[in-house]
Amino acid sequence: MTQIPPPGSAMQPVLRALRLPQFGLGARLAAVVLAIIVVLTLLGQWIAPHDPLTMNPMARLQGPIEGHPLGTDNFGRDIFSRVLIGGQLSLVIGLATAVVSVLLGLVIGMVAGFFRAADAIIMRMMDALMAIPSILLAIALVALNGPSVGSVIAAITIPEIPRVVRLVRAVVLSAREEPYVEAAIALGTPMHRILTRHLVPNTLAPLIVQGTYILASAILTEAILSFLGAGVSTETPTWGNIMAEGRLFFRIKPELILYPGIALSLCILSINLLGDAARDMLDPRLKKRAG
Amino acid sequence: MFNRLTATLLASTLLTGTAWAETTIKAVMHSGLRVLDPVITTAHITRNHAYMIYDVLIAQDSEFQPQPQMADWTVSDDKLTYTFTLRDGLSFHDGAPVTAADAVASLQRWAQKDAGGQIIMDRTASLESTDDKTITWMLTEPFVPMLDVLSKQSALPPFIMPARVAATSADEAITDYTGSGPFRFVEAEFQPGLTVVYEKFDDYVPREEPADWMAGGKVVNVDRVEWVNMPDVQTAVNALSGGEIDYIEAMQVDLIPLLEGDPNIVVETREPTGMQTMVRMNFLHPPFDNQEVRQAALKAIQQEPVLAAMVGNPDYYQVCGAILGCGTPLESATGSETLTEGGGAEAARAQLEAAGYDGTPVVLMAPTDMVALATQPVVVSQMLREAGFEVELQPMDWQTLVTRRASQAAPAEGGWNVFITNWMVPEISNPISNPMLNGRGDDAWFGWPTDETIEGLKESFIDAADAETQVQVAGEIQAHALDAGLLIPLGQYTLPQARRTTITEMINSPVPVFWGLQKTE
Amino acid sequence: MLGYILRRCLAVIPVMLLVAVFVFLLLRLTPGDPAAIIAGDMATPAQLERIREAMGLNQPLHVQFATWVGRLLQGDLGVSLISNTPVATMVADRIGPTLSIALLTILMSVAMAVPMGVLAAWKHRSVADYAVMTFSVLGFSVPVFVIGYLFILVFSLKLGWFPVQGYKPLGAGLGAFLSNAFLPALTLSTIYVALIARMTRANMLEVLGEDYIRTARAKGAPERTVLFRHALKNAAVPILTVIGSGFALLIGGVVVTETVFNIPGVGRLTVDAILARDYPVIQAMILLTSFLYVLVNLLIDLSYSIFDPRIRY
Repeated sequence: MTQIPPPGSAMQPVLRALRLPQFGLGARLAAVVLAIIVVLTLLGQWIAPHDPLTMNPMARLQGPIEGHPLGTDNFGRDIFSRVLIGGQLSLVIGLATAVVSVLLGLVIGMVAGFFRAADAIIMRMMDALMAIPSILLAIALVALNGPSVGSVIAAITIPEIPRVVRLVRAVVLSAREEPYVEAAIALGTPMHRILTRHLVPNTLAPLIVQGTYILASAILTEAILSFLGAGVSTETPTWGNIMAEGRLFFRIKPELILYPGIALSLCILSINLLGDAARDMLDPRLKKRAG
Repeated sequence: MFNRLTATLLASTLLTGTAWAETTIKAVMHSGLRVLDPVITTAHITRNHAYMIYDVLIAQDSEFQPQPQMADWTVSDDKLTYTFTLRDGLSFHDGAPVTAADAVASLQRWAQKDAGGQIIMDRTASLESTDDKTITWMLTEPFVPMLDVLSKQSALPPFIMPARVAATSADEAITDYTGSGPFRFVEAEFQPGLTVVYEKFDDYVPREEPADWMAGGKVVNVDRVEWVNMPDVQTAVNALSGGEIDYIEAMQVDLIPLLEGDPNIVVETREPTGMQTMVRMNFLHPPFDNQEVRQAALKAIQQEPVLAAMVGNPDYYQVCGAILGCGTPLESATGSETLTEGGGAEAARAQLEAAGYDGTPVVLMAPTDMVALATQPVVVSQMLREAGFEVELQPMDWQTLVTRRASQAAPAEGGWNVFITNWMVPEISNPISNPMLNGRGDDAWFGWPTDETIEGLKESFIDAADAETQVQVAGEIQAHALDAGLLIPLGQYTLPQARRTTITEMINSPVPVFWGLQKTE
Repeated sequence: MLGYILRRCLAVIPVMLLVAVFVFLLLRLTPGDPAAIIAGDMATPAQLERIREAMGLNQPLHVQFATWVGRLLQGDLGVSLISNTPVATMVADRIGPTLSIALLTILMSVAMAVPMGVLAAWKHRSVADYAVMTFSVLGFSVPVFVIGYLFILVFSLKLGWFPVQGYKPLGAGLGAFLSNAFLPALTLSTIYVALIARMTRANMLEVLGEDYIRTARAKGAPERTVLFRHALKNAAVPILTVIGSGFALLIGGVVVTETVFNIPGVGRLTVDAILARDYPVIQAMILLTSFLYVLVNLLIDLSYSIFDPRIRY
């Protein structure tokens, strides 16, 4: 963040990052795995052999049998279908959290970085929010709103915001000192133009990296919330709540944790690897040495 | 204190002649103990705790009959005067003798909270201690179930506390835990929700008769009992296998295979009556303000899939259409054919249509953090949907549910339409104390049915001259309750207990008790 | 220096005050009624109302807040609504397991992660580097409870090396303590190792590219001296920072691990309290953990000067 690229070129590293061939082997592999998971999940409705909600309590906790390639859960529902479709909501929760926290963090961070008066108040509030352990805050928030998808997203998003705000604020603070920004201010360029033209582009690269990490950790946090009894209802399967339900049967049917766990871990692993690759590419300091 | 301790030590050393070995039972109970006042709450864990440290005047035996415990009784010929006489040797843990005044104060505090106690108080002319050992209770009119109510083991048994403790307001929790029961509460080691420790009360004088459920002699053969809470049953199972604990009160049936084949562990049903699980509808709001719709819901539901999803192994559940429980004196199955046999879905669909159901979504509250109540809503919602109901399954934690079910608001405004609950069979086996059968509108249990017929039937039950008439009235109550949709029984189940074989001679009562049993090393 | 320390300490006050307001409002806006929980299944609305009255839950919010803060300032954390036990006693009874396992976790993590990170940076782009990186990403990617259950399955049930659950205080002997605390700490340390190893690697890579390292090598300093004396010392500040910011992660992990391994710590106390709406306990616990977080990070900030002589205040 010490080197601020001149205006206009700010988008270049992003564009460069999107040219996959520059990624290492690991990152390319991760991209392929993630693509497979996303496609399978999106096509879940058509691939899944069963409705993930149709239950048959008389045939529960079965091993792999005909028609149920991964067996059935404690309601006699098809595990394969649930894991496939469960990915949808997990990804949606992850994505929504990443987008919302990045956007909110961007706005708040801009304000904090640009307006000295607001800075002190905002940053104290962010400090306070960061000081509250995020898992405890999230459980309390889910308890507050009831365990709907929306409240789970909100509960995971809110603790993520301060980190984004700090990042954006740091970028804005250093960008403000750049001669071209000072020049623009001196020339009386409208505020919104300074923000959109000079400041936002500077934050893009670190935000993309941060966003991928938030995406990964949000999917994981959803699972932990479910584990602690503050997740989305089992009527809408997510990798998290499939595992949370399965943990009661861990020793007699470990598959209930294993399969969604593998899907979840692979997914997060790929996202993290892509995040790392993007960071290596976008961070000028690391790029210098790698080149 | 010091003297008594020394005396105990001396006595036991003399008796055994060898070094004094302390026997400790480590037990995992179904939940953590947090509330210590058995009058302020009906939580089972608190009641179980109370049976450890308090004693009761009279107690129920395995035939559901009242038997003397702290006191013997006589009833006058006109059935209006009950005289209880305390037996000798009773003392509180602080050394003070138990007097009739203590008992009267305790009964008065209890009767403010207990539904049965309230009914008795409505008919009470006087309740007083006529001397140190005698309690005289005079009624204004005969009340046949008097002794059944006083000896019941659920939900609020009348425990006897020192008068100074019983002077606490019935809405405030007590802070002095002195009892006269076979165990002493070790307050210094109490960790709410986590561990409770009891020590044998050496001055307790048990009755001569053998122990039979809550009646008979409470002979304590261990020095110390520790209740440890483990929210994850698997952890408890692991700990039992490893010998780190001695006993699990309630096993999840699915986990039994993990313990099978271990010669050091016995998995067994402690008491066969078990629990009943049931659907409760809200009579105040559409669509369940309509009897036809309630009947359709009853027809839509079949018990076995619910029980199978919940318990798994059929050895531990029982399809049962009797609202007063199967295996009880008043059992009747009238009107429950579709529940037990299935095949009501078509009729349900037709009746729902005939009732003019307009597709109003039914709000079904589903607790996510209570293992014993988490599965039923999911299965029930599927069956209701198949019959044509629009169901909105709303997951929430248990505490939200207990708060929300107290709300009489419309479902869309923070109220509810339906939820599932469980009761111990002894709690619902009597129409007087069965909370589902209260038809007094706002004063009834959550769901608030206004039902004069059921109240009339209960009057006839109270006035019934003999057991035969009671059974007949109970049959009418069954038929009416299902017809009116006061509840939809979902069947009975038992959660077996597991113990290491070092523990022997456990008493098979619905309340898990720690007297009687022995532990060998 | 002293002025700086004082300023930093004073800055803690507004943050903690904000935390207090957040927590209080959050809880009082939560649906859920501790009275209903205490009263149990058979209570009538009138009985509930009387219990609420007795617990002071009927007073206006600002009165409840003022009462709470007033008592806090006198060092009174309040009394549990459910069990009537003083919160301070409950916390004192249960903080031991949590703190000792958290400390063990940090020790174990640093002991594992720093060498891993140094190795990965030293052998940049080697098999060892990729192995460390893969492991560190994996640590982030598998839920803590899955790891915990796997460890129990393998180390306790299959191999029988450790007890499956429980906790023994250090007072019961180091061996007893470690045999119970090792698995939970190992479980918890997976995230931490991942975090610290990544940070160590990244900073070592950066430092190893600096001129003075090249100078040191050119002067013929032994590789070990270069790595640990020159490079690691200069990479220490960001590593310390990550231990501080990872403290929040640790708290989250503690909550889960205490449930999996049945450890009677404050994590479970807090989750139980949230589920039971035991306001005084939740308030005290969140305030306390937040305070701890702020304190740890303050101490780490202040300790920078020890590790990095360039930083002066």
